[in-house]
Amino acid sequence: MNEDQGSYRPLSYFQLMEVSLRELLVEKGIVTEEQVSATLEDMRKRTPERGAKVVARAWVDASFKKRLLENGTRACEELGLDVPALKLVAVENTREVHNAIVCTLCSCYPRMLLGIPPEWYKSRNYRSRMVREPRAVLAEFGLSIPETTQIRVHDSTADMRYIVLPMRPAGTEGWSEERLAALVTRDSMIGVAVPKAP
Amino acid sequence: MLKAYPLGHVRTPFYIRGCTGTIERVCGAFPNPEELAQMRDGLPPVPLYRVRFAQKDVWPDYAGSAADVLEVEIFQHWLEKA
Repeated sequence: MNEDQGSYRPLSYFQLMEVSLRELLVEKGIVTEEQVSATLEDMRKRTPERGAKVVARAWVDASFKKRLLENGTRACEELGLDVPALKLVAVENTREVHNAIVCTLCSCYPRMLLGIPPEWYKSRNYRSRMVREPRAVLAEFGLSIPETTQIRVHDSTADMRYIVLPMRPAGTEGWSEERLAALVTRDSMIGVAVPKAP
Repeated sequence: MLKAYPLGHVRTPFYIRGCTGTIERVCGAFPNPEELAQMRDGLPPVPLYRVRFAQKDVWPDYAGSAADVLEVEIFQHWLEKA
């Protein structure tokens, strides 16, 4: 999985572990190289555009939004987004409530909708402080939440996965789903940012 | 919440043990992760709850609004009546 940049660099500990484990599994006939490549390809296909599609649909279709908040997994299936082995809970931001997501135990993340988590999401700093002083952490992301808005932090400790349904930006009346989806950033679906301004 | 510190693979964060909250929803029932980690089947599935805690109750010196909350998934065997 190394990108050859024309210069030799020794493998890091985890790279070496990955190569050793993969070669062993292939050698023992547990998986094939083709299966490993296909799985990696699938992982690369999962990007935050999937989540943005869900959010944009919820913004334009009130009944879809209701179904999404009731059962996130089933609502995603309606859009052809399969979320196997994942119970998705969508949480809605309003003027009264701002939601944000963290996993203090490891790095549970709605990969099927947002892809591979950013480095900071897995950092000890974010994981330990987001539950302890969310307002200070959000301020470091450039997001200032008024005292009158409740902050609801979701620690995804077990089998659920969370996605934030951000507030639709003002000035986007009549916009198409595609145009709206382009405003929805990964960070706004984690709850550490708001969507782009139109 | 139980204030227990068993060894092994536990999905209940340290910071929430011994705290009091209210059940926000029932998430369903899932194989017990503490058993799964020991290569056992984790059956029968254990009911999983989303429990809501007031930040002020979790961190006495919490700096934000008194209305701020924290929600954590907790397996039934970690709950006791408040």
